[in-house]
Amino acid sequence: MYSKKFERFILGVCTRCLTSAVNGTTTSARTAVSWTSVRKHHKQFLERRSQNGFAVVRIRHASKTTVDPNEVKRFRLLATKWWNEQGDFAALHSMNDLRVPFIRDNLLNAHGGRQPGKPLAGLRILDVGCGGGLLTEPLGRLGADVLGIDPVADSIGTAEVHAWHDPDLRGNVRYRAITLEELSEKGGKGAGQFDAVVASEVVEHLADLETFTLCCNQVLKPGGSLFITTINKTQLSYALAIVAAEEVLRIVPSGTHDWDKFVSPVELERLLESNGFHVESIRGMLYNPLSRAWSWTESTSINYALHAVKLEEEPNPDEDDPEDPTVIVAQAKARRWYN
Amino acid sequence: MHSLTKTALSFNGIGRRCVALNRFSETRIICRGLTCTAEHENELYDVIISGGGMVGTAMACSLGLDPNLEGKKILLLEAGNKKVMDKVPDAYSTRVSSISPGSATLLSGVGAWDHIMNMRCKPYQKMQMHITRIEEQRVEVWDACSDALITFDKENLQDEMAYIVENNIIVAALTKQLENLSDQVRVQYKSKVVKYTWPKSHQVADAIPWVQVTLANGQTLQTKLLIGADGPNSMVRREAGIPTVKWNYDQSAVVAVLHLSEPTENNVAWQRFLPTGPIAMLPLSDTESSLVWSTSHRHAEELLQLDEESFVDSINTAFWSNENHSELVETAGSLFRTALSVLMPSAGSARQLPPSVAGIGPKSRIMFPLGMGHASEYIRHRVALIGDAAHRVHPLAGQGANLGFGDVACLTQLLSQAAFNGKDLGAMQHLLEYETERQRHNLPMMAAIDLMKRLYSTNAAPMVVLRTFGLQATNTLPAMKAQIMAFASK
Repeated sequence: MYSKKFERFILGVCTRCLTSAVNGTTTSARTAVSWTSVRKHHKQFLERRSQNGFAVVRIRHASKTTVDPNEVKRFRLLATKWWNEQGDFAALHSMNDLRVPFIRDNLLNAHGGRQPGKPLAGLRILDVGCGGGLLTEPLGRLGADVLGIDPVADSIGTAEVHAWHDPDLRGNVRYRAITLEELSEKGGKGAGQFDAVVASEVVEHLADLETFTLCCNQVLKPGGSLFITTINKTQLSYALAIVAAEEVLRIVPSGTHDWDKFVSPVELERLLESNGFHVESIRGMLYNPLSRAWSWTESTSINYALHAVKLEEEPNPDEDDPEDPTVIVAQAKARRWYN
Repeated sequence: MHSLTKTALSFNGIGRRCVALNRFSETRIICRGLTCTAEHENELYDVIISGGGMVGTAMACSLGLDPNLEGKKILLLEAGNKKVMDKVPDAYSTRVSSISPGSATLLSGVGAWDHIMNMRCKPYQKMQMHITRIEEQRVEVWDACSDALITFDKENLQDEMAYIVENNIIVAALTKQLENLSDQVRVQYKSKVVKYTWPKSHQVADAIPWVQVTLANGQTLQTKLLIGADGPNSMVRREAGIPTVKWNYDQSAVVAVLHLSEPTENNVAWQRFLPTGPIAMLPLSDTESSLVWSTSHRHAEELLQLDEESFVDSINTAFWSNENHSELVETAGSLFRTALSVLMPSAGSARQLPPSVAGIGPKSRIMFPLGMGHASEYIRHRVALIGDAAHRVHPLAGQGANLGFGDVACLTQLLSQAAFNGKDLGAMQHLLEYETERQRHNLPMMAAIDLMKRLYSTNAAPMVVLRTFGLQATNTLPAMKAQIMAFASK
């Protein structure tokens, strides 16, 4: 297993050297272009940041939709490869070892003791950007009623076919090829239905995070949980998640991630807190390409997982008990929002 | 490969187009309609255990009792009849196993140990092994017997070293426990498997991704995980094409139930290494013991032919006879012993003498061939091997059943964890963990047993001197003996 990984690494490096040597300028120019364009972006970003001080620079243009058409195109090409555990999505398969316990344990904490064998029975979960259903299926096996949505119809097709074979999953795992906005809009039917929303490895592909947060808020029940796993926007994540993972080690297909779209936990927390969520915990995750395993870590510099809870409905101010601490917090937040 | 391929593929094409047009409900209905009936004819289980011996039944009990696996469909397939034991028979049966404390823990965890204790079992605290060499051509009588000896005992630990239990009793106790778990675990007796069909290693859109088991009565079952517990000639292992390293020892074991000459506090297991092979006497009760005599095929057949009195004489001779050995070995041995007693005067316990045999149980002599076998892989996609199907050892260390029970404990724990993480039970990741953990434990044990067997099969003087020294030295080192016992108790 290790020798295979090492072999792939060496082969990757050799191929690049060889092709650039053999083909002369063409390939090297192409690779040079892609490297320089990334570096150009990075330099521009640094300049902008130094000019504007600590103001947040919006790389994403404010749009009404969260879906980026380029991302859709990229994932459509990978649609058939989801369930090959040793293939392009191997890292996502092994990430289940972290994210399923993370979701399961936090939901068990919030919702108390459930029946053994089906710990999440009775809970409704929405998996945003479910892809081929890699995370949806384990959650379904744990007894939850899961709806997986993804804008790429081909991925939904793959997910449906895979889940259909297993009678345990037929009852409680469903898929739909729609976007989150469409789901939260649909005549209020999508509103306030779900106990939990899971958006794993999704926010770094979105066009507009603000809309995404608002939609999540809308579809969640009060007190419901939001689980996000994504990649931090740091120099280290650039070096490891883009350069090492995509170009050198080929852990993920090249071009999967755009560093400009990464979001730091601080920014994400700010965004969530100002949209009716309370962030409960943030934990760092680390991938070991040799053992192909993920582990929890102290540092959130590269990958991290976040758990937030939708605040309970703000009660009518006239009927409030001024001593109630939740009301005081809610009112303080409301004041901050309007100021 | 599958006859449905073309139709299914074209259907898939239609399906994809339907999906693209956002007409999901139709697709799902078509999906269900076309192949629904075919699927329902073959029942899909989460786990099928093939083989209802000691290890297979223990696995079924263990999975049935696990809280994380509640709601999973588990099936045990056994080709023979159901083994019920309403009343414990007076006569002891010949096949017995030495159950280590680790295995006893597993059996009590599944609730079978109480049944076993109520039926019949014999704990022993001490095991004494004599090593000697007998030359058959010369008969010389020497006064001093200077056979090296090593004693393992748990006198200072207050609890039993191991238990001798008849195999029938173990299976009956486990079967009784399974009856309590009938809503979790189904058992099908007299179900012989004729064919296994393996799934592709990763999902092809229209192929059935489960293991299919075809029985002799025509029934076809499907399962997400197949556990092979079908003994040393495992059909699961053979059909899966798992290469096995195996060889036959040119030995057969003769087993019998012995009546002792006088009742004693029979809590010692005796084993003496003769050049032809080890002879062991395992305690069953105060008056009876079980004999396991591993010897050459020819000698084993002769022993079976002997009448009762001659057979008893040969057993007593094997245990009690004076050794014939060279002066070199005797001198070397006694010198070494003197040196050790100077260095470590307190080590080494008093030597006991084995009980003598008066008779044997009626019609209780049988023989079976001995060999060693080890499957190079314990697992495949959706398949796992446990017990003798994965590893087969010489009975000289009494570890065969214990290795199997160790497999049961390990695999149950890993499957439980996988189910709690929502994983597909047949996925390779946790099966690989099982294989790694068990091979790391089993291989050293099997190598040691094989080495012991080869070491004590030879008459060459240098080897004899070496092993004499080795055994005497080990006998005086309580720390090393404690390590050996700890390893064997797992």
